[in-house]
Amino acid sequence: MFSHLSASLVDGLLIGFVYGIAAMGLSLIWGVMRVVNLAHGATMALGMFFIYYLFSGAGMNPYLALPLAALLAMAFGFIVYVVALHRVIQAGYLYTLLATFAVNMIIIGIGTTVFTTSPRNVDFSLGSVTLGGEILQGTRLVAAAASVTITGALYLFLYFTRTGKAIRAVSNNRAAAELMGISSARVLALSFGIGTMLAAVAGSLTATFFPFTILSGSTYQLKSFVICVLGGLGNPLGALLGGLILGALEGIVPVFMPVSWVPVVEFGLFVAVLVIRPSGLMGAK
Amino acid sequence: MKKIFSFMIALGLTLGLAGHADAAQKSILIGFTASQTGKLNVEATRQINGLNLWVEQVNKAGGIKMPDGSHVLVKTKYYDDESNKDRVQELYTRLISIDKADFLISPYSSGLADAAALIAQQYKRIMITTGASSDSIFKKGYTLVYMTYTPASRYLTGALNVLLKLDPAAKKIAIIHENDKFSTDVVSALKGYAEEKAMQVAMYEGYDAGTTDFAPFINKIPKGVDAVMGGGHFADTTTFARQLYEKQVATKMVALLVAPPEPKFAELGEACISVIGPSQWEPVAKYSPEAAKAENVEWYGPTVAEFLKLYADKYGKEEPSYHSAGGYAAGMILEKAIEASGSLETSAVQAAIDKEDMYTFYGRIKFNTTPNLHGLQDGHEMIYIQWQKGKDGKPEKVAVWPASAASAAPMLRMSR
Amino acid sequence: MSFWRSPGFWLNFLLIFVGGALVLLIHQDTLRETAFTVLMYIALASSLNIIMGLTGYVNFGHIVFFGLGGYFGFFMLSQMGWPLYLSMLAGGCLSAAVALVIGAAVLRLRGAYFALATIGVNEAARAFVANFKPFGGATGLFVNFSVYDQYGGSASALWWIFTLLWIVATLTVVVGYLVKHSRFGLGLIAIREDEDAAMVMGVRAPLAKTIAFALSAFFPALVGTLYFFKNGNVEPEDAFRFQLSLEILVMVMLGGKGLVLGPILGAFAYERLRGYLLISPLFKNLHLALSGGILLVIVLFVPGGVVGWFRERFPRLRRLLE
Repeated sequence: MFSHLSASLVDGLLIGFVYGIAAMGLSLIWGVMRVVNLAHGATMALGMFFIYYLFSGAGMNPYLALPLAALLAMAFGFIVYVVALHRVIQAGYLYTLLATFAVNMIIIGIGTTVFTTSPRNVDFSLGSVTLGGEILQGTRLVAAAASVTITGALYLFLYFTRTGKAIRAVSNNRAAAELMGISSARVLALSFGIGTMLAAVAGSLTATFFPFTILSGSTYQLKSFVICVLGGLGNPLGALLGGLILGALEGIVPVFMPVSWVPVVEFGLFVAVLVIRPSGLMGAK
Repeated sequence: MKKIFSFMIALGLTLGLAGHADAAQKSILIGFTASQTGKLNVEATRQINGLNLWVEQVNKAGGIKMPDGSHVLVKTKYYDDESNKDRVQELYTRLISIDKADFLISPYSSGLADAAALIAQQYKRIMITTGASSDSIFKKGYTLVYMTYTPASRYLTGALNVLLKLDPAAKKIAIIHENDKFSTDVVSALKGYAEEKAMQVAMYEGYDAGTTDFAPFINKIPKGVDAVMGGGHFADTTTFARQLYEKQVATKMVALLVAPPEPKFAELGEACISVIGPSQWEPVAKYSPEAAKAENVEWYGPTVAEFLKLYADKYGKEEPSYHSAGGYAAGMILEKAIEASGSLETSAVQAAIDKEDMYTFYGRIKFNTTPNLHGLQDGHEMIYIQWQKGKDGKPEKVAVWPASAASAAPMLRMSR
Repeated sequence: MSFWRSPGFWLNFLLIFVGGALVLLIHQDTLRETAFTVLMYIALASSLNIIMGLTGYVNFGHIVFFGLGGYFGFFMLSQMGWPLYLSMLAGGCLSAAVALVIGAAVLRLRGAYFALATIGVNEAARAFVANFKPFGGATGLFVNFSVYDQYGGSASALWWIFTLLWIVATLTVVVGYLVKHSRFGLGLIAIREDEDAAMVMGVRAPLAKTIAFALSAFFPALVGTLYFFKNGNVEPEDAFRFQLSLEILVMVMLGGKGLVLGPILGAFAYERLRGYLLISPLFKNLHLALSGGILLVIVLFVPGGVVGWFRERFPRLRRLLE
């Protein structure tokens, strides 16, 4: 029982870090733009495929390909913002939801045609470490470490750079920020770019240890919603904590009931938190 | 709407002209849908290759030989069902009411075949299902639907026999399966069989389609199980096998569904070694007219070697898989019944299929004729394959069970 | 009530009533199969419009009601031996009841939070049913072929099912129209425009939203029961198709949300368009991307949908195109 619990918990926590990164992007976009990005999962899947092709096509080390994926994703985020969001950003959540959702359908539709839906695998291994009887895969440890680093970098960026401060200002009060001379359109585009980048990075990291298809993103996107709500929608740094909570939950729940009940518990909790405390467990307001 | 109709008519005309050989010649039209697009496209294409090979062979021989010496040519008509259930029902209705198909072959996969079988029965046409192994299709009181594959309920029971032969003391197994219809049918029968053999099913859990992280399941496998069995479809089962290996689960046998017989499974490298899997048919199968004679059953159609050669001649290098063999066998079931009955009437052919009992390159074929399970495949047996280390150290697929079809001896998983 | 004097009502009613009647008259099997799909989409889109079009709350999980209600209806039919029409109603009532409960909790959420919650509900419902033994778990439920004998054999059963669907679809459209033109409907529209203002004006927003939600949940259950009965079986994967949920949403947006005629034309156009694209070799695989493209164009440039655009362009048609 105990050994099962500890093994389960360690696995859950390690994956929780990566969940956290994915959710962080979603949370940032929500916080700054009040947009639920329904193309988040599809962007993650694009990140996975990017790594896959650089690794199996060009033989590139996945971790070297990661910064490249991040840059491209950021550019992609800008484009999506300009094409699909800028026009409706003031029109209310119905339109932004449907716009990002349309982008999601387009990515998945084209992705299905180009990549088909057969599963891919980045056949990359860093070996494994045995720690107190638990077998820990190298790729997962690196992914967890990368997640912590990225969170740290995001924190420094948001709190100690001028641009970061501008982002937080727009997030707090868009109208007031504009009065202070901050170009909100530029900040919004940048935030969407960073959010998209985080999605792609999370996707790339996941691709190093789980197989995937173009449709895989949707599972992680759903988990990201749950995490955002746990960590407080609009609170990007809380997302890492939310990720760890979800990871731990996924580790602990199966000890006590069939694993297939995990989604029921997760989404039950999700709805419950939304209803009781819409600002999230760790929400600011 | 009009455009669609004119397109369909144009398509019908071209196909009609193509099939136009001799006006006086009798012929039958066999209708089916194929998943040329969508998630099932690879398997479905192999199945259709097998079926088309059969059509070609029959027509090359002048058609199906009737008892009165005349010949009946075989024509086919098919549509793309996009691997989509709604389309399947629409298209089979069209095949029957507009194209006037005399006999039907099912699409690939249990889900699609189930949807099509209903239409066949509703419009009183015989349908041979292939690429479908779900038992439940045959529990619905259909009288005109016949099964080519071994039913799901017998997919993994043989693996348990292998385990008990290698280790008669084996007592405890863990079952982890995809939570879908096919896999659930398989493992619920396996569970019953294990309990019948006084074994303990120490874990019995289902996972969602598309699962990529099996850690929660693997961590839950109790210590000291003798075998881990289950799986589902190709993608998830492959991942499961890989993670079982990475997590160094100690057990004597791993037997999984669907993925192991696929050549692509070898890409797992070390992780695929010793994994056992059921297959409907394998090119290494040793069915022969002599063996059939020994069992006092009639042999019908090409031998295994002849089939392999015909297939290679038509489709080039790729070895036929069980999907292709099933497609060919489905055709033979109809052919044999039409020959035997000397009729093209549904009721006469139905009676002839009910009586069928034959050995073919694909194995034995015989149908259940009790009202509750009418049409269920009773004769055909699964072949169990295992990935073993070949001489060059690379994984090699061998048939290990039943003894009559085996090309190597089964082995237990090495503890690492 | 003077809806019977409104040309807008008659256009909607006749479109669907006469369309279905023609299919029954022509009595051709392949045509019936196509018409079945179209009517099914119309009923689903029109019922979604009651919540999404009128109150402006996006429901990504509309298909839950099709699945859950259809499951229950099919359960009563196959396991309890209830007749089809009663099972159908039972499914509808359960579905509406579930919507009342979920709605009471979730509809307190505004806007985007609600949309998020509906995504969660769909996943949770699918996972729940796949684990729920009385509904057959992952294997689902099926009926023995002999049940069709009660309807004069399978051939006439299919026509019987179609007739019922035709009635259900017509009813959905009529109810959609009546709701929109009632006092209650005006309250819903007020919520869409400004929920706080509506509440100040005396609209009991939480209650009104919940009732609208339950109403929109009732009809998909009827459609679900009929659909599963036609198939002879039900499985979790067929019942909770997230993709279908999304396609229904596109249909509503395409035709014009908030208008009764919108979902009807949207569903018809989408189905035919998809049918056409599917046989074109170039677009066969791209249809999802194309639906996405259509949705994006509508959201960005024609937010009122096709019917809404016509209304704006030709104000004189407004009384007809409702």
